[in-house]
Parts: sequence; structure tokens; C-alpha cells
Amino acid sequence: MKHRHPTASPLAQVLRPAALFAAVSVAACVAAISAGPAAAQSTAQSAAEPAKFTGAPVRVGEINSYTGLPAFTIPYRQGWQLALEEINAQGGVIGCCELQVVSRDDAGKPDDAVRVAQELVTNEAVDVLAGTYFSHIGLAVADFAARNKVPFVAAEPLTDAITWSKGNRYTFRLRPSTYMQAAMLVEEAAKLPAKRWATVAPNYEYGQSAVSWFKQLLKEKRPDVEFVAEQWPAQGKLEAGPTVQALAAAKPDAIFNVTFGADLAKFVREGEGRGLFRNRKVVSLLTGEPEYLEPMKDEAPEGWIVTGYPWEQIDTPAHKAFVAAYTARFKDSPKAGSIVGYITMKAVAAAITKAKSANAEPIVDALAGLTIDSPVGPVTFRASDHQATMGAYVGTTTIKDGRGTMKDWHYADGANYLPPDDAARKMRPAE
Amino acid sequence: MSFLLVQALSGLATAATLFLVSSGLTIVFGVTRIVNFAHGSFYMVGAYAGWSLIERFGATPAGFWGSVAAAALAMGVLGAAMEIGLLRRLYRSPELFQLLGTFGVVLVVQDLTAWAWGPEDLLGRRAPGLKGSIDILDQPFPLYDLVLIGLGPLVLGLLWLLFNRTRWGTLVRAATQDREMTSALGVDPARLFTGVLFLGCALAGLGGALQVPREAVTLQMDMAIVVEAFVVVVVGGMGSLTGAFLASLLIGQLQAFGILVFPQITLVIVFLFMAVVLVLRPHGLLGRAEEVPPTAPAAVTVPLSAGRHAGLWALALLAVLAAAPLAVGDYALILLTEVVILALFAASLHLLIGLGGLVSFGHAAWFGLGAYGSALLVKHLGAPMPLALAGAPVLAGLGALVAGWFCVRRSGLYFAMLTLAFAQIVWSVAFQWYAVTGGDNGILGVWPSGWAAGKAAYYWLTLALCGGALGLLRRAAFAPFGYALRAGRDSGLRAESVGIDVRRFQWMAFVLAGSAAGLAGGLYAFAKGSVFPTLLAVPQSVDALVMVLMGGLQTVAGPLAGAAVFHLLESEVMSLTDWWRLVLGLIVVALVLVFPKGIVGFLSGLRSSFNGRRA
Repeated sequence: MKHRHPTASPLAQVLRPAALFAAVSVAACVAAISAGPAAAQSTAQSAAEPAKFTGAPVRVGEINSYTGLPAFTIPYRQGWQLALEEINAQGGVIGCCELQVVSRDDAGKPDDAVRVAQELVTNEAVDVLAGTYFSHIGLAVADFAARNKVPFVAAEPLTDAITWSKGNRYTFRLRPSTYMQAAMLVEEAAKLPAKRWATVAPNYEYGQSAVSWFKQLLKEKRPDVEFVAEQWPAQGKLEAGPTVQALAAAKPDAIFNVTFGADLAKFVREGEGRGLFRNRKVVSLLTGEPEYLEPMKDEAPEGWIVTGYPWEQIDTPAHKAFVAAYTARFKDSPKAGSIVGYITMKAVAAAITKAKSANAEPIVDALAGLTIDSPVGPVTFRASDHQATMGAYVGTTTIKDGRGTMKDWHYADGANYLPPDDAARKMRPAE
Repeated sequence: MSFLLVQALSGLATAATLFLVSSGLTIVFGVTRIVNFAHGSFYMVGAYAGWSLIERFGATPAGFWGSVAAAALAMGVLGAAMEIGLLRRLYRSPELFQLLGTFGVVLVVQDLTAWAWGPEDLLGRRAPGLKGSIDILDQPFPLYDLVLIGLGPLVLGLLWLLFNRTRWGTLVRAATQDREMTSALGVDPARLFTGVLFLGCALAGLGGALQVPREAVTLQMDMAIVVEAFVVVVVGGMGSLTGAFLASLLIGQLQAFGILVFPQITLVIVFLFMAVVLVLRPHGLLGRAEEVPPTAPAAVTVPLSAGRHAGLWALALLAVLAAAPLAVGDYALILLTEVVILALFAASLHLLIGLGGLVSFGHAAWFGLGAYGSALLVKHLGAPMPLALAGAPVLAGLGALVAGWFCVRRSGLYFAMLTLAFAQIVWSVAFQWYAVTGGDNGILGVWPSGWAAGKAAYYWLTLALCGGALGLLRRAAFAPFGYALRAGRDSGLRAESVGIDVRRFQWMAFVLAGSAAGLAGGLYAFAKGSVFPTLLAVPQSVDALVMVLMGGLQTVAGPLAGAAVFHLLESEVMSLTDWWRLVLGLIVVALVLVFPKGIVGFLSGLRSSFNGRRA
């Protein structure tokens, strides 16, 4: 076998690729860091005139699945960024100190999230943790927070466990839980004449607890209903045709749907194509949120009873101001994630100001029972179970100007859909 | 009756998509022997490209089908480009290295797709003229699905014609049967391979673009399809188009009827089916027996002697690591703890791949079982940490004992996919069994006992246990056991003829590797304080493979270096930029291109060339 470069020494042969590799890696790092909205640099400065802060900054460590689920987490990030800018433009927290946020991606894995949380606490010296989307990641960070005695405001995870069966002193949750949203829908579902119900839900804890609450609460109100079929597609892998057909075969009067995202779009398309929704009512969790409704454009389902966020129709002054500021800042309409991110950061700031301290225990004490005014109305973090009373909008889907939206909606205040304090306290582990 | 018929038709429509994608994969694998991990990425980008074109031109039937074809062709061109730019440079490397290269491509494509098309799900236009449904025995059935059902056999027929009635097809078949002989007869393998990659990726793109009228285009499509496509390829028999067709039909029907009997089965039905088929039929439904196991890294040689001063180097490294808590902060200690754990995890996989020639795609099963073993002992029996840690390798070892008995009876990619099937079965049990494992919400509160609660204390404990286990693994590698394994890897027949029971040694190696991974898992559980089914899932197995390959197969120190480099890179890049997948992917691709022997292989090459100079 002939060598093409007989003169090259063996050393040169190994060194050349090494140099090439080093050059490529360095170039890749530099390119990516300068190109992207670098997470490390998102220690955002206040946008307006540099406010004079007299005290040391208070730092928030923020974790979310930015690469795992960008469609939902990026509106959320824009939400908290807007809130952060407003807070610092108005003098920061405790009237003296800048609020700084260090944001990290958790890659959609709970063990990565725990490592990132550790990095934020030890290297970045954050005083408060916030964020997370997936329930299991929220639970992992909540457990970390309790172990390390750091306040944690879980923004988006829906699992009931995070405030009830696995609740802890340091963890608070903003968004209405699975139980609350199911309870809101049951109120509407009970008014329907339907007696035979079918359910379809993704096969994981969220889908399962949604269906079991829905069944339990609906049967309490309407002992005459029966559940005739259930489908449990794997999340993200709905076999739409067979699933739709199997539901139709049970001849239900109404359907309770918990699927979302790409599964929902498939389900709707296939269901329309096969006449599943003809003369049937559908009650559906989260489907009214713009994240899920807007990608379906003019094929969004009509007449479904949903929880959601009809942002363009909410005309309270506070909410209008939020929408105006958000669209001006990001040239984009707000999603449900945006308002969650916004209120999360406002709540964190309010807790720090109320505590007059950046220390963990005072902040936790301040969060318990904290009430803030938000664009959706007053929100209280209940002292009993650390669940916020943020509600959801319940209404009917419709199509207007070629895109899906909600009509006949009302704001269901979360406070009305939570068990009383004593009952909630009993569900939590003893401290 | 009519319901069952329509259900069967729905299953056929699913099968058609599955066949289009997996036919491309099986063609690519059959000829080039490349485990193309990026196949799902071409499917996803094909769907995105199809979406863009259909939005613009898809109002008429001609525009719609033209757009689908254009998207498929574009993916073919991209596939050919990947062959020329990346894979062609790797044909002389161990075959697994191409898997690492395509893994880098997956990461890069994920970020580039998100950058080009944005994060939101995209719902495309429906196929013009095929929007409605027709009634089949009074059951409405979408027209478009009927077209898809017809398309599957049509593509199969066209491919058959291509491979049996054209010169190019004959050459491809010749190369599938004997690559060396074909090139010895004057066929330029490089051009043939470029053509094959073009065809395979175009088929993936076609499958993707055809999904536009059925479902939303998302950034999760790539991973969702690629594993299933591999299952189809392996169940059908690698390289067999008819086999892939048959396997897709069976899987489509199983899914359609499985959900009627047991709706939760969707999690695992595909893998259960694969496990059953592979246990019963060693080469899938229609595969041929191969003389050489396709993914056995034939060129790999792990040094036969322990090397000069190896023990001294190891002790020095251990001393430096043991002194680390005096010098570094808490977070660095946590990272180091994880690196040490992952080093053991990677080394245990290396025992299988490097010494045994057994590539496992499901090694996370034993890591996760170890983690769950510890967590379950803590949660249900209130066991103290030492007992729980001892339980980790035991549970993982028992699992490996059972799975290994089946797996070592297969070789090459069939072995790899059978390990994957077992891993997915274990995963689905952990995911679904809420009463015991807590399901996807996992088990919380698995923290170390008081005496080991400090970061430094836990680090020292980890270092001691992993160091001991690594020492044992190294001892095994250079004991008669290790030599017997190598003999089985290099020539099973000769090894058998001198009286080595190869299968038994492989089975023992599987159990040993499983227990070592289990110990790593148990330590990981206490380091994190919680366990989740993600520890058993495919990405965890892929991470282990990447670490082993990055470090290099040829040396026993390779996996340790690979674990350190990969984990530190990932965690550092992740905290620096949102585009960490792009950066990591580019680094992996660069690594593969310039260090085809892995990092440690490169370093020892460097050392021997220095020594060569001096001499």
C-alpha cells in the first residue's frame, strides 16, 4: 500500500488533525456564543435609564426546558423578561436592589435540572429558584429546593403532587393544577345532557390524574353518567386513525380530551375526517391556550368546551397594559406561557420586597399568603398548600378571521376550585 | 365487522409511513453498514421542507405532489452531502464511529431546524382533492389515508424494479452481499455509497413530506421515528426490503388492534414485538444469516498487556482526584462526582463493546435499574444508604442475568436492538407502575445518610466505590476471563474449538457490566436525590455509547476520558449558550473526523510517535 505523503512524519500526522480539531471547536464555540441569545448573558440589565441601586442585587436562578419544548417555553421566557425589565425600571426590589436573573436550560431531563439548580445556587449565588415546565422536572427541583433550603417558585408544572402529596416548605406553584383545571371543566360538563363519556389522554401522570379527577368530580355531580371508553396514547406518538376509530366505536355522547400539542392537531384532523365530533360535545383541557389553538389555524375545533387564554378579548386595564407592553417589546402576541412567566417574576419580586430580605426563610414566609395584583386579577399563594389562586379562562372554541379563539368565556378564579385549607393541609406530608 | 375492517385500514396507513422511512434505513444499512442515527433527522427536515413548499405551491394537486417530490429530492441531496462530507472519511474507522458521527449530525440538525423554522408546531395544508373521507361500510375513512395505503406497495414495487432491473441496482445488491469483492471488480464504492445515501435519505424525506397533511410538523419528529424505524429494519431482517414491508404491516396492525384490548400498551408494544421476534428468529423475519456480525468492531484491538506504569498512573490520578475537595468549590465537586460515576458507567459498557465485541444500545437499563434498586429500597423499606447502595448492583445484575441470557444468543445489530428492547421494557415498567415506582413522577427524597451528606464526603465515597469497581473491571480485562472474551470477539469459531464456551463468557460479561452500571446508577440516585424513568431511556443509553466512542475503543482508559470530556463539555456548553446542541454536535463531528481512534487512542498514538522519534 502506497502512502500519498511519504514525507509526513508520524508526529505531524497526529498533530495536524489535533490542530484542526482545536480550531474547529474554538470556532464553533465562539460562533454559537456570539450568535445565540446567550443564556449566560441574560443577567438582564434594566432596559430604561440605568436606575441607581443602593443595595446589592438579588439574584433569581431560572430553569426551564428551552431546547426541549421551545414552543411553550420561549413565550414564557419573554414573559418574565418583560416583568424583570418593569421591576428594575421601577426601582428593583425592596426599593433598593436590582433583580437579576440567571437563566438555564434543563435539556428536558430532571437530573440535568438538579445539576443546573446546584450550579445556580453554588456558583451563581442565586437567592431564589423559579421556572420548570414538565411535572417530573418541577418535582425534582422542588425536592432539591427543600433539601438545600432555597425558595422555589414552580411556574408551569401542573402535577397536583408538587403542592400536595409531595409538597414542601420551600416550594410554591403558580399555574392552576390539573385538579383545578379538571374541576373547572367538570362544572361545565355537568350541565351537558351527555351520559356516555369517553376519554383520551396522554399516558403519563398528567393525563392520568386529569382523567381520574374528571371522572371522580363529574360522578359526584352527575351520578347518572358512565365512562364507556378510554384511550391512552403515548405522549407525542398518538396513532390518530386507530384511536379516533376506537373512540367512535364506543358511541359516546361526549368526549373528554387531555391530549395537546402535535397529538391534539393529529387528533382533531383525524377526528374531523372520520366524523368523530359530529353531534358530540368535547370537553378539553388547555386546548383554548394560544400555544395549542393557534398552530391549528382555521382547522381549530369549534364548539369545544376548554380552559385557555383568550388574550385578545380580555379587556381589564391591567391586562390591556400587559398586552400592549408585550407586543411592543417582542413584536409577538402573548401566549399562556407569557402571562405565566410574567406573573412568576412579579410574584418573586413581590415576595422579596415583602420579606425585605434576600434570605431564604424570610422569602418563604413572605410567599406564604402573598397576594399580588396581576393582569388576570389578584393572585394569592395560599399559606396552607402553597398553591396560587391564579385561575383559567373557561369558554368555547370558535373560529374567527381564519384562526381559532374562544367565545362565551369567563374567568374561573382558582380560589373557587381548590379544596378548603384544612383538607389541602392534610394532603401534604408532615413538616 | 365494518369497524374491524376500518381499524385494519387505519393500521395500514400507519404502516405505509413506517415502511417509507424504514426502507431508506434498511437500504443504507444493507449496503454501507452504517447505523445511520440521523435517518430520523432527514424525515423531520423532509417534513419541514415539505411544509414550506406545500404552503407556497400546494394549492393544486400538481403543486402538492410536486412539493412532496421536491422535498424528498432535497433530502436525498442532503444525504449525499453527508456521505461525501462526513461518512466517506470514516469507512476505515471502526464501524461504530459512523454512528457517533451521525449522532453529531442529529444534534446539529435539531438546532438548525429550530433556527430555520422556529419553535412552533406547523400544521400544513391538506392534500388538494383528497380532503374528505369516503364511507367504507358506513364508516368514514379519510381519502388521503387510502392514497398512503396504496403508496406503500407502489414504492416497494418501484424499489424492487430499481434493484432488480437496473445496472445500478445490481451493483448495489452486489455490494450488499460482498463489499470488498464488488470494489475489487472495479466498482467505485464511494460513488455507489453516495447514491445509496441519496436514495435512503430521499425515502426518509418522502415519508416526512407525506405526513404534512396528516399531522403537525414538530421538532420532536426525528427521535419519535428513528427508533421505530430501526425496530422495523431489525424485525424485518437487516437489508431486506420485503422484510421491512412485512414488519411495518405487522406493527401497524398491532398498534391498531392493541389499543382496543389494552390502551396503555402503546408505550411498549413495538419493543415487545421486537423482543419476541428476535428471541424466536435470530435474523428477523426475512433476514439472512451473516458470516460476520455487522457491527462487531473487527479492527478493534484492546492492548493485551496492561502497559508500562499503568498502575502508577492510575494511582497518581486517584491521588489527584482524592485531593480535589481541598482545592475546588462545591459545584466543581458535584460535576466531578458525576464524571466519576459516568466513567464507571461508560467503562462497564466498554467491557461489552471493547472486549466482547457486543454493542449494546440499551445499557441505560442497568444504570437505571441500579438507581431504581437503591431508590426503591429507601422508599419502601426505609433502607439506610449503604444497604440501598449494595442493592443497586444486585438488582441490575439480576436484570442483566435474565436479559443477557437472551441477548448473547444474537450478534451484531440484532444483539444491540435486543438490548434496546429489554431497556424499553424495563423503562415502560418504571414509567407505568405508579404504585411501586411512582411512574413518570419518579421517586423523590433519595438523599445520602448524614455521614455522607457533605459534598466532599459523598465525592470520596463515590471515588472509593467507583475506583474499586474500575479496578475490578480492569483486572477482569487482563485476567483469563478478559482474554477469553477477546478470543470470542475476534474469532468465535476458533475460541469454541479450543474449548472456550463463548456464549457463557459473554453472558458473564453482560452480568458483570450490568452490575457495574447498576452500582453507578445507585450512586447517581443518591447524588441527585431522585430517580426518574429518564435514567432508563434511550438518550441515556446513547450518552453512554457516545462516551465510550469518544474516548476510543482501543484502550481501557478510553471510556474514562470519554466520560470526562463528554460530560464536562455538555454541562459547560449548556450553561454558556442556548445553542448547545449545535455546538456539541459540531464538536462531536469534528472529533470523529480528526480523532478516528478516539481521544485516548489519539494520545497513545502521539506517545508512540514521540517514542519512535527518540528511538
